[in-house]
This record gives sequence, C-alpha cells and structure tokens, in this order.
Amino acid sequence: MAGTLVAMSGGVDSSVAAALLLEAGHEVVGVTLRLWGGESDSGCCSVSDVDDARRVADALGIDHHVFNLGDHFDQHVVAPYLADHAVGRTPNPCVECNRHVKFDRLLVRARALGFERLATGHHARIVERGDGTLRLARAADRAKDQSYVLYMLDQGQLTELVLPVGHMSKDEVRAEASRLGLRTATKPDSQDVCFITRRDGRADFLGRRIPLTPGRVVDGAGHQVGRVEAVELVTVGQRHGMDLAGGLGARYATAVDVPAATVTVGPAADLLVDHTTVETTRWAHGAVNGRLLVQTSAHGTPRWAAVDPDGVQWDEPHRRVAPGQSVVFYEGEEVVGGGLAA
Amino acid sequence: MEAYLDHAASTPARPEVVETMLPWLTDHPGNPSGAHREARHARRALDDARDAVAALLGADPGNVVFTSGGTESDNLAVDGVLRATGGLAVCPAAEHPAVLEPVRDSGGVVVPTDPAGRVDHGRLVDTLDALADIALVSVMTANNETGVVNDVSAVAEIVAVHAPRAVVHTDAVQATAWLDLVSACRGAQLVSLTGHKFGGPKGAGALVLCAEVPLAPTIRGGGQERERRGGTQNVAAAVGLGEAARLVAAERAATAERIGRLRDRLEVGLVDRVPDTSRTVPDGTTRTPGIAHLCFAGVESEALLFLLEQEGIAASAGSSCASGAQEPSHVLAAMGIDREVARGSLRLSLGHGSTDAEVDHALAVVPAAVDRLREHA
Repeated sequence: MAGTLVAMSGGVDSSVAAALLLEAGHEVVGVTLRLWGGESDSGCCSVSDVDDARRVADALGIDHHVFNLGDHFDQHVVAPYLADHAVGRTPNPCVECNRHVKFDRLLVRARALGFERLATGHHARIVERGDGTLRLARAADRAKDQSYVLYMLDQGQLTELVLPVGHMSKDEVRAEASRLGLRTATKPDSQDVCFITRRDGRADFLGRRIPLTPGRVVDGAGHQVGRVEAVELVTVGQRHGMDLAGGLGARYATAVDVPAATVTVGPAADLLVDHTTVETTRWAHGAVNGRLLVQTSAHGTPRWAAVDPDGVQWDEPHRRVAPGQSVVFYEGEEVVGGGLAA
Repeated sequence: MEAYLDHAASTPARPEVVETMLPWLTDHPGNPSGAHREARHARRALDDARDAVAALLGADPGNVVFTSGGTESDNLAVDGVLRATGGLAVCPAAEHPAVLEPVRDSGGVVVPTDPAGRVDHGRLVDTLDALADIALVSVMTANNETGVVNDVSAVAEIVAVHAPRAVVHTDAVQATAWLDLVSACRGAQLVSLTGHKFGGPKGAGALVLCAEVPLAPTIRGGGQERERRGGTQNVAAAVGLGEAARLVAAERAATAERIGRLRDRLEVGLVDRVPDTSRTVPDGTTRTPGIAHLCFAGVESEALLFLLEQEGIAASAGSSCASGAQEPSHVLAAMGIDREVARGSLRLSLGHGSTDAEVDHALAVVPAAVDRLREHA
C-alpha cells in the first residue's frame, strides 16, 4: 500500500487534513489512536471522538482504523508524567506523546503497513532549505502554532510527515470543513491533558497514583511563609495556592524540593535567571551554535539567547523555566532543536 | 480473493433462514399477543420456532425465552436469578463479558481457569465450599476466543454436591454450531443461545430453561414470554432463529467434521510456515472445530489484521472495545499467557460456508504478513 496514513483525532483539523490529501489525489487511510483507557472529558481520545473520526472518514469515503497504543502511552507518557511530578518536575505529556507515540510508535507502524507518509492535523509547516534539508516551521496561524510541541522531529521523521493544515488559519480550516460538510466543522478545539478530566483535575489524578507530600513554603532566607498540601503539584513560577500571607507583594515559587518537602518563594526578581540548563537536546539537522530565538512554553514569546553545550545564555534575564518544560530553539520561523529544562 | 475468517464474531444467515424470515417482515403484520387471525398466525410462527429451539436442548418449548441475543440472554440468566432469589453469582475468568460484568457488578466471585481457559474445578469447589449463599454458577460451553470447551456436566455435578441450591447457567453461544447441546450442556438449567453464530439472524437469541428455575424478568411490561421477558416478540427474528436451529440440528455433525479438517489444515499449515508461532490452546484440549488461534512472537495483532485486510482477509484478535480498538484479551490473560505473547494473537474462525480456497488464501497471505511485520519491528 503506497499512501498516506492520516492520524484523525476526531477534531476539525485532522478531518480537514484527510480531506485535503484526498482532494489532492492521494491514497488516504484514516487512523484514530486509542491511548488512554481511563476517563477523559478533554475532547480527545474518547469513544465519541473515535466516532467522529470514523464518520468523517465514512463521509470522505476512506478506510478508518483504530489502533490501540494504550500500553505504549502508559509506558512512555503517563508513567514518566507521574515520575516527573513525584520529583517536583513539570512535564509536558503532549510533547512526550508526540515524541514517543505519534512520531515514533505510529510512524514505525505506518512504515510496517506500507504507508509512505504519515499526516496529522497539527498547525505547523514543513519547509525545505536550500541545502535540501527540512525544518519544522511555525504555522500560518500564529495563535494556533504547535511547532513548540513538535520540536523533536528529525530529518527522517520530517521526510515522512505531512501537515496539510499548517498553512491555513483556523478559520480557513473550519470554512473548509463547512464547505465539505464535515460534521466536525464547528467542534470545539480539544484542550488540556487528555488523560486528566476537567472535573477532577490534576491534583486528583496524581493523588490517586503517587504519594503527595504536604510541605513548607519558605522565603529566600529559609523562613516559613506558607504551606502547600502537595509539593509535587507546585510548578516553578507559580504564584497562587501556597497560603502566603498578604501585604508583602507578589511572590513566586522559585524552587521545589520534594525530598525536603519545601517550596522556596521569592519576588519576581528572584525568578529571573541568566542561564537555563537544557537536557536531552535534539536537533533537526545537526547542532546549531550562536544566538537563537528560544521559546519556553507553548504560547510563550521567544527570546534571544546564545546556545551553549549546557543550555542557553539569555540576552536579557529570563523567567526561570520549570524543570521538565520544553525549551525550543528557532532560527526565525524554523525550529532547529530543543530539549527539556533541567 | 476474499476470505471471511471471522465466523466466531458473526457468521452469515443462511439463505433458507432469510427466506423464512421475509414474510414476517412484509406480509404478516400480526402481533403474536393479539386475538385475531393475523395475531394467531404470528403466534403460531413464534411457537413453531420455539419448538425448533427447544429441540436443540430437549427442553420444554414453553421454557424458551426469546431475547435480542446472547448478551441479553446472559444478562437475564445472571440478573434474573439473582433478582428472584438473592445470593451470589460465580463464574470463571474467561467468561464472555455478558456474564462477567453482571457477575462482578452484583458482587459475585470470579474463579480462575486452568491453562486451557477452562474453569479450574478444584478452585470452583473451594469457592462453592467457602460461600454459603451461592445462587448461580455460570460456565460457558465453549469459549468465544479460543473455542475451548468446558465440561458443563462435570461442573453441574460439582455444583449439585457443593452448592445444591445454585442454578447452573451455560453460555452456549459458541457451541451451538458445532456441538450436540443435549450432551454438551447436560446438567445446566439455563442455556444462552444466539442466532448469528449458527446461521440465524443478528438480534435473535434465546435463554432456554431446561428446568424450572426462579427467574425474574429484567425487561418488564406486557408479560410476554411467560412473564420472563416483556415486549412484543421480534417474530421474523424468532422465525429465523428457529429455522437456523432446524438446519444446525440436521447438518451439524457433517459440518463440524468438514470444518474441523479445514481448520486443522489451516492451523498446522501456519505453524509449519511461520517460525516462532505457538498454538494458543494446549495440545489435546477439547475445542470447537471452527477456531484456529495462534500467537506470533514479535508481531502486533492490530498491525497483522490491517495487512490481512489489505489482502482480503477478515479476522480478529482478542476482543474489540466500543471504539473498535483491539483490547488485550482477558481470556488469554486468564490462561496465564504473557501479555507480550498475547499481543501477537490471531483468531481465524471458520463457519458453515468456509472453503478450501479461503484456507489456501490465508496460508499464502498470513506468513508473508507476519514476515513483513517482523522485518519492520
């Protein structure tokens, strides 16, 4: 089978991705991943989303399959998510799902099944440079840009990947879905982490799976200024939820020490750092040195920094990045690499 | 070339069956509970079908309760007995979810199986001896994934000694096409059947009471089926079920022999052609002739099924969840098969219409597909 496997989440973007590829004359098969066996209300991965994907595939006249990659998801996304929180880090499970599930496990399977390419509904573009190498570039719709959560893609993956809606605005995607009469045209965007319900939240999810430690909140001098019910749930940079006395101005978590059951807080100035250590860096095509634009959250503003072997040296002092968050390097619009904040 | 090798999931309704059903969808409007001529006509068709279904088990036709299929029959057996008498339900771990879930939901006890997936008799005895208030023991006649056959009459003897007041139920859904139910279900007081596993229509099943046992309805209103299952009967479906029962009674022995040979050729052929392949069921285990069940090391069945479908082969592995995704098999887990091994399982199931050409096609396609997946692992 020479064709394109389209990962269809049941949302409007991947629905339109499949439709566009089909219209362009490609041989297209849809697949929906079943990743999380537990409860979900985030608008992702649920049976009703599988139904939406299936009915869109039916309307387009393409085959649709469901792959259960739940074990892989548990092992490479949920378990590390728990382990990271248990040591006070702030992981991004969507990045790990892209890294280990969608663009590793699924891509391997697509190849085994004879597909030439894998397509998704992500908002990002793949561009070719003058030297023939590929880069992931920001989406046409900056507000929906997902290049940050896809920074780990290498040349091999980029070669096999198609992102048909990356050059469209969200409004254009919805208009296209309406034009095609797809049932997902007005479906709300999925939000949040797919395995954590909005109803019960992160604290409940983690509390059922890892021990949560009540802790002290201390200032820079070590004096107790508040308390938290679970140090594992505190993110560096967090301002609220630490039972701090008023009148002293805004204070932020600057460090989380789970073994000592202690969160350190300080004024905004204490959050600022000149250097951020970055681990497990991946490059799109070889290491890049020198000054780059560096983004540290999904919709954060990129800032200039000089990349060195340990991480990045900021041009201007930068807010401390919560350990476990992705630090992504851009040349202009293009992702050249990224890693995880230590 | 197409090969439909998923008869254990659903086998086509026989043309004769469809033919007998059609007039009840087109010409005859009667409600069998009514009093006029059309109603009596429908009533008679229903009762003729009841006779045919009862004959499969040598039961009293008045004790055939028509249902919407195997799941409803199983649910009615478990919930109906518990509602009528109270107490606990017991079943082995490899039962169909239609039994397992009502047993678990009612606070019942799930008994381990032996390595072939049969109820472990020793553990069953222990369970029955340990608990005072057992109302129902449910043990399937043949397993839906592997075809492995339980000794229902031996189970009934155990229950008679160790929990004499308990009702014995057996889900014979996967056995009807292949086994003489009079002997295969001997000792069971309640037997679940469904049409689409033996040449009848989908949505047509029965719970047969082989003895008078207390059974409260789970669907109420109207008092149909001797107040055991409310709602206007699906006359066409019941007629189809009855016709399928007549056909299977007449042809079962010959069909089982023919299909058993085909299955053996398929299974032996695949084990010979594909290295690192294991038969899921231990050698020498009594099982129905329709199912070949294999585990291919280093292969994911989901990917294998995809490649087989590309070559026109419809098969399955484990069981499917509501989304259509393959779920790890609770049956193989109950047999103590490692999750990694079970991940590479494949069920090829044959039925009345299966042919040598289909088996040849599978023997050509499956080895190549397994090779491909192993190369890309």
